[in-house]
Amino acid sequence: MDKPFDNRAWFFVLPVFVLVAISAIIPLMTVVNYSFQDTFGNNVFFWAGFEWYADVLASDRFRSALLRNLLFSAIILLIEIPLGIAIALCMPRKGVWVSVCLVLMALPLLIPWNVVGTIWQVFGRSDIGLLGRSLEFVGIDFNYGQSAIQSWIIVVMMDVWHWTSLVVLLCYSGLVAIPEAYYQAARIDGASRWKVFLHIQLPKMQRVLLIAVLLRFMDSFMIYTEPFVLTGGGPGTTTTFLSIDLVKMAIGQFDLGPAAAMSIIYFLIILLLSWVFYTVMTNFGVNAADRPEADR
Amino acid sequence: MSGEGARGGAGAIPPSTSAEEALERAEEAPAKESSPLAGLGGNSRLKALVPTLYIVFLMLPIYWLINMSFKHNNEIVSTFTLFPENPTLDNYRVIFGDPSWYGGYIDSLIYVVINTLVSLSVALPAAYAFSRYRFLGDKHMFFWLLTNRMAPPAVFALPFFQLYSAFGLIDTHVAVALAHCLFNVPLAVWILEGFMSGVPREIDETAFVDGYSFPRFFVKIFIPLIASGIGVAAFFCFMFSWVELLIARTLTVTDAKPISAVMTRTNSATGLDWGVLAAAGVLTIIPGALVIYFVRNYIAKGFALGRV
Repeated sequence: MDKPFDNRAWFFVLPVFVLVAISAIIPLMTVVNYSFQDTFGNNVFFWAGFEWYADVLASDRFRSALLRNLLFSAIILLIEIPLGIAIALCMPRKGVWVSVCLVLMALPLLIPWNVVGTIWQVFGRSDIGLLGRSLEFVGIDFNYGQSAIQSWIIVVMMDVWHWTSLVVLLCYSGLVAIPEAYYQAARIDGASRWKVFLHIQLPKMQRVLLIAVLLRFMDSFMIYTEPFVLTGGGPGTTTTFLSIDLVKMAIGQFDLGPAAAMSIIYFLIILLLSWVFYTVMTNFGVNAADRPEADR
Repeated sequence: MSGEGARGGAGAIPPSTSAEEALERAEEAPAKESSPLAGLGGNSRLKALVPTLYIVFLMLPIYWLINMSFKHNNEIVSTFTLFPENPTLDNYRVIFGDPSWYGGYIDSLIYVVINTLVSLSVALPAAYAFSRYRFLGDKHMFFWLLTNRMAPPAVFALPFFQLYSAFGLIDTHVAVALAHCLFNVPLAVWILEGFMSGVPREIDETAFVDGYSFPRFFVKIFIPLIASGIGVAAFFCFMFSWVELLIARTLTVTDAKPISAVMTRTNSATGLDWGVLAAAGVLTIIPGALVIYFVRNYIAKGFALGRV
């Protein structure tokens, strides 16, 4: 697979480059600009160096939001990835039910994020919601607006409801791409169900799993709208994730300097962690692929 | 019906998700003895249970929203019924009778469609370049594109506002469509590149030998070959543009306000108008459901053909 070297290919990439450069580099430079400056108003700015960065990194507010967000992403990945794989393994491969399953499962993915928040808000409320009422009925005092743990449970539940389908769809497409011959070979070898999963299905799903993990990590780390609508970051600051805090700082309080510095740090953390996931998962695949024909 | 309600309430708390996994594991254990049908075997009835339970869990909140949208406010607040006692269309009438309500849907659809068209038309040639050629800085370019998918919208909200104010584009559909290109174009390039790499290069070469010009080859031969890839890419562009709120809300005031932002109006002076809120929510689900219905075959087959 040696592709020819041809710099004229740049002409094809140019429209994308221009478009993304306008909507990425210019705004990002604005952010960088603010992050190094301070102002007393009237659009007069002066150099502040790395002061804001030091401030943000030292502040409890940022650290606790970061910890909360890391914890949230970890919980989300630990629940959604295994659950998604399990559901994909159990899905039918042929027939009408495939379409039915896929359409119904994809539905939450295409609901606007604030509507997702709204749906769970009305679903979880103990006065008008099905979930809240049912829990009250069973005898559990459910009020996610008051209890920190309950607000976490409902936010995690909402995210599982919202995004597990993406993992399912990706895994499923990886699974149906496995040729029948692989299973026949496994049958002849007398491989157990678990061995088939470990040595055929998992390596074949590796690529889609990488995409699933990366997308789920990035999106759960950037989550804003759904918890904002559902809990408003509360009670207190228990569900105030990084984006919620950032918007509060930038647009609510208009603290441009710290907000900009926080934006840059935030972005760098996402890049770093995505890179770690990518490296770990691709290297893991190299070791796990004990079969030469295993797909990269 | 109340039985289903109770089951749904219990089935929705996270611990039960691990119960589903346990179920999966329990199902795998006996399969070890009866290994001959290792690949697709197993107890099919137990197997069907997992997706079924999951779909029930997915549908319950949506069912509740639809249920609420057909109720009057006092029924919502005062009683608890699994089906509306006096079904009413009043909530929907409010929405379809007020231009500021239904206008939101039109605005949303306009910028989503513009965004999908723009994203796909710039991503197609770029993805072709990435899949067929090596060129100076190709890997870096590709990686840089993907980093934009990792940029939190919250970081870009304020600078976008300033950028588009400078060009006088605030409150236009174009502004939102262009802003959403930030994360949709990289994704479209990524998906299309995967699909295009699955098409052997010999096809291009044969076409050129047969005397096809590049544009004619691209439109007549190549695009039909990767139609499912375009379908999947369009699906993702539509999806991420349709569901995004933060940037769309920041860049609009009245004229191009997306429906999801209009919905925040319901918690106004007189308290929350739950019925109308639910009806508006139900209506935002419909375009997505239609799109899924049209691409359902691509979802099943299309994903696997591409890079994934």
